Amino acid sequence: MIETDTKITAELAAEHGLTAEEFTRVQKILGRDPSFTELGIFSVMWSEHCSYKSSKVHLKRLPTSGARVIQGPGENAGVVDIGDGLCAVFKIESHNHPSFVEPFQGAATGVGGILRDIFTMGARPVAVLDSLRFGPLEASGRVTEEEAARNRRILDGVIRGIAFYGNCFGVPTVGGEIQFEHCYSRNPLVNVLALGIARREELFFARAKGAGNPVIYVGAKTGRDGIHGASLLASAEFDEKSQQKRPNVQVGDPFMEKLLLEACLEAMHTGAIVAIQDMGAAGLTSSSSEMASRGGVGIEIELDLVPQRETGMTPYEIMLSESQERMLLIAERGREPEVFEIFSRWGLDAVKIGRVSEDGRLRVLQHGRTVADIPAHAIAEEGPVYRRPVAMSEKRSDSEPRMEFAPATADLNENFRKLLGSAAVASKQWVFGQYDYMVRTNTRVGPGTADAAVIRIKETKRALALSTDGNGRWCQLSARAGAMHAVAEAARNVACTGARPIAATNCLNFGNPEKPEVMRQFSDAVDGIGDACRGLGTPVTGGNVSFYNETLGQAIDPTPVLGVLGILEDAECAVGMGFQHDGDAIVLLQGFIEARAMSPEQHREFRSSEYARTIHGVVAGVPPAIDLHAEKALIDCLVALADEHALQSAHDVSDGGLAVALAECCFVSEGLSAEVNLQTDDPAEFVLFEESGARAIISVRPESLARVEQVAAQYRIEAQRIGAVTRGEFRIQVNGAPRLRGPVDSFRQIWAGSLEHSLHNG
Amino acid sequence: MKFGVVVFPGSNCDHDAFHAIGGVLQKPVEFLWHGSEDIAGCDAIILPGGFAFGDYLRTGAIARFSPVMRSVDRFARNGGLVIGICNGFQILLEAGLLPGAMLRNQGLRFLCRYVHLRVETTDTPFTCAARRGQILRIPIAHMEGNYFCDETALAELEANDQITLRYTTPEGQLEESANPNGSLNAIAGICNRERNVFGMMPHPERAVESPLGSTDGLVVFQSMIKSLTQSAGRETEVRVTAPV
Repeated sequence: MIETDTKITAELAAEHGLTAEEFTRVQKILGRDPSFTELGIFSVMWSEHCSYKSSKVHLKRLPTSGARVIQGPGENAGVVDIGDGLCAVFKIESHNHPSFVEPFQGAATGVGGILRDIFTMGARPVAVLDSLRFGPLEASGRVTEEEAARNRRILDGVIRGIAFYGNCFGVPTVGGEIQFEHCYSRNPLVNVLALGIARREELFFARAKGAGNPVIYVGAKTGRDGIHGASLLASAEFDEKSQQKRPNVQVGDPFMEKLLLEACLEAMHTGAIVAIQDMGAAGLTSSSSEMASRGGVGIEIELDLVPQRETGMTPYEIMLSESQERMLLIAERGREPEVFEIFSRWGLDAVKIGRVSEDGRLRVLQHGRTVADIPAHAIAEEGPVYRRPVAMSEKRSDSEPRMEFAPATADLNENFRKLLGSAAVASKQWVFGQYDYMVRTNTRVGPGTADAAVIRIKETKRALALSTDGNGRWCQLSARAGAMHAVAEAARNVACTGARPIAATNCLNFGNPEKPEVMRQFSDAVDGIGDACRGLGTPVTGGNVSFYNETLGQAIDPTPVLGVLGILEDAECAVGMGFQHDGDAIVLLQGFIEARAMSPEQHREFRSSEYARTIHGVVAGVPPAIDLHAEKALIDCLVALADEHALQSAHDVSDGGLAVALAECCFVSEGLSAEVNLQTDDPAEFVLFEESGARAIISVRPESLARVEQVAAQYRIEAQRIGAVTRGEFRIQVNGAPRLRGPVDSFRQIWAGSLEHSLHNG
Repeated sequence: MKFGVVVFPGSNCDHDAFHAIGGVLQKPVEFLWHGSEDIAGCDAIILPGGFAFGDYLRTGAIARFSPVMRSVDRFARNGGLVIGICNGFQILLEAGLLPGAMLRNQGLRFLCRYVHLRVETTDTPFTCAARRGQILRIPIAHMEGNYFCDETALAELEANDQITLRYTTPEGQLEESANPNGSLNAIAGICNRERNVFGMMPHPERAVESPLGSTDGLVVFQSMIKSLTQSAGRETEVRVTAPV
């Protein structure tokens, strides 16, 4: 019999976020009313955040297997084979709501959480990327100064939090992206991707085994912080009272995490560890029940033995605490002293708090009294699964704003400058310079100098490339096409460095899943990701779903963020985006062989471009059509060219179109510029700023031009020589008439200084 | 010749220093645990970068009390070569092996980027393989690298030629814009009066392989190797000539 002081009613269950049906299900599983502790356990494990109850049925449609995939979704992180007996362990996760409530700690613990997921698997973290979304930093139109000021504070806190945690822990923060949109004003997105490397035979999994084996608690003491972080913060919409949820945000200690990393890797190396899992969302509850459930065994723990930061904690509080920097591990019986010695040398608490049992139950005791006794499988795996209603089609506004192209003689320089200084296009170097992106001395290509980060693997000739991408504006217009573009752009970015994309991880940020139109977006995005990942050969190995990104009933733009991992067989072949030599040929690679004049459909596409938004204030139309065969061909072509050392630089064409891409190749070069002439029947504005996919700008030595054209033809890629790298003025002509021109530095200044300027003078 | 890299809890550039010495320069190197006074017969000691003890209280303030620091202190006072990089420099300041203190960076932000350093003196075992006035391109990565000391200490540093590295422009000019953190007189590295203890905020161990962007950090370690080789030579000479 479970003793409980509180009468458990359906109302109390509802306060815990459990529906009436879910509560009935709990009663049925237990064959009785739950105790208060058990109610807490179910509520947090069956929360959206932990159980994926609304997304599960859809996520099944994603491709998750492939020749290199060692571990797909379902573990702490995905694992892919990268040769030489090594594997890459990687995953992306969100920490959105905590970062709004308390930006610094929210972002810091977001980094901490994903790092633990990586080293839990026996991998040493080698890189972090952050995909961030904020509201506008400057007041204008419907953005008030108060709102802009808050957005600036949130951005500053998030950046400092990421820097605080990653820099101290000693993992390089090597890339990611930052976008701004009004919809993120009250719901910023902080998605953190971490990559680790492990020896294949030293991988660890979170599967408890061996009745009688000790359950050992290691790391920080348990406090009252973060209780219900997963259920109340991550699985509910926000309103005016959200600031009151600040106590639900955890507090991070990167120093403790660094000790935990070193001690865990050392302990794993002894062979005395059977299984290990970090105490992240839902803390002790999820780590114990999930390890037991995956291993088909039970776990019995005595809460008196759990190291506690404060006195008088109830079983409910101990089981639900989300105090950071804690791990739960199962050791071989009899080998406890070896494990304890290692943790004690690193100055960490390591305490036996229980044992593995045979009966498949999670049994929790305090002062010898049983306070919870539940089949582990029921908590971890038998949560509710919902087929939420999906709206028939995405909402469409009936009237699309018109947009006229500028006359052929118009001066586009001013628009170009405005675009370069826009938040979306402007350099993010000010942010990256606050992250230690070099620690561990593997950063072959750091942030801002190539389309993806490139991390060498010291023991081998190889390197890994990583990029994160996601375009909420496009997903808002078409979730399916936008999601496909996110995959394609991330893969293209990876390929621009010369790496072959091999796997993906995704972080799906959406509104309230109980709204059919949100589920429509979600379902479409999943289909888009599935198609694109199948088409590009990048199976999804894991990730995270973040629903309820709504404040005051206003959902964010659907924002699937894709992280794509690529492999470079020879790190020496890595390619950056900056031009290298005066006199090199500038070549536009594109996946469409047949010449095409601008169609009415493309005119619609142009209305969804960054240019349309920044210059005309228009967000309408549809994302550019996407052709996965062309994307795949371009990727293969780029990889083949890099492999032959034929590329001096490569940069994909995305936000801001061809003109911005060309300018960026100059900005990150050492004093080089571009002289380009484009031949076209289309309006100059369209040619310069449209954002259709499957395109990249490369620069090549004049003598290798013929070879480049030959290779491109093999992949059915059009290679069009559009100009040359120079030391002169930046100049783009359209049909022989100069449309954009000026000293590179005059453009660079705007691009480089804009973000810092809007933060300080906004 | 053997190098030792001290591992404090929270050191995170220990592996990088180890790789620079062992992997790139192919010299014997081992880790020295902070909790032990045993420095394993090393001929040079590196206090690496990172966040020893989480930088709690003050950077380096707790690390200086680690048992290994008693040995490092003895080793230094006997003329052994000790280099502190970044957090290691901060620890040397706290330990009193070098004069001065670190303030938070001007601008109060963590800074990670390449800077240019001018070699101010080659009369140290850490710069003897460089040219005076040579410009080194080496990255920094710190929150507290704003070097400060009082006027007397500064006068002494100057008088004794202890200022080893200064932040300058790529052309070697002293300019405010070239001083990333606001350090007094653009000081990036100093040695002690006896010249065998050296601290620098930039990370030479991150600039030892061209694919990563620079090899300008090599000269620091090559200087140490040169000076250790010479002193080993002298010892051999002494031993040979002693009986005569």
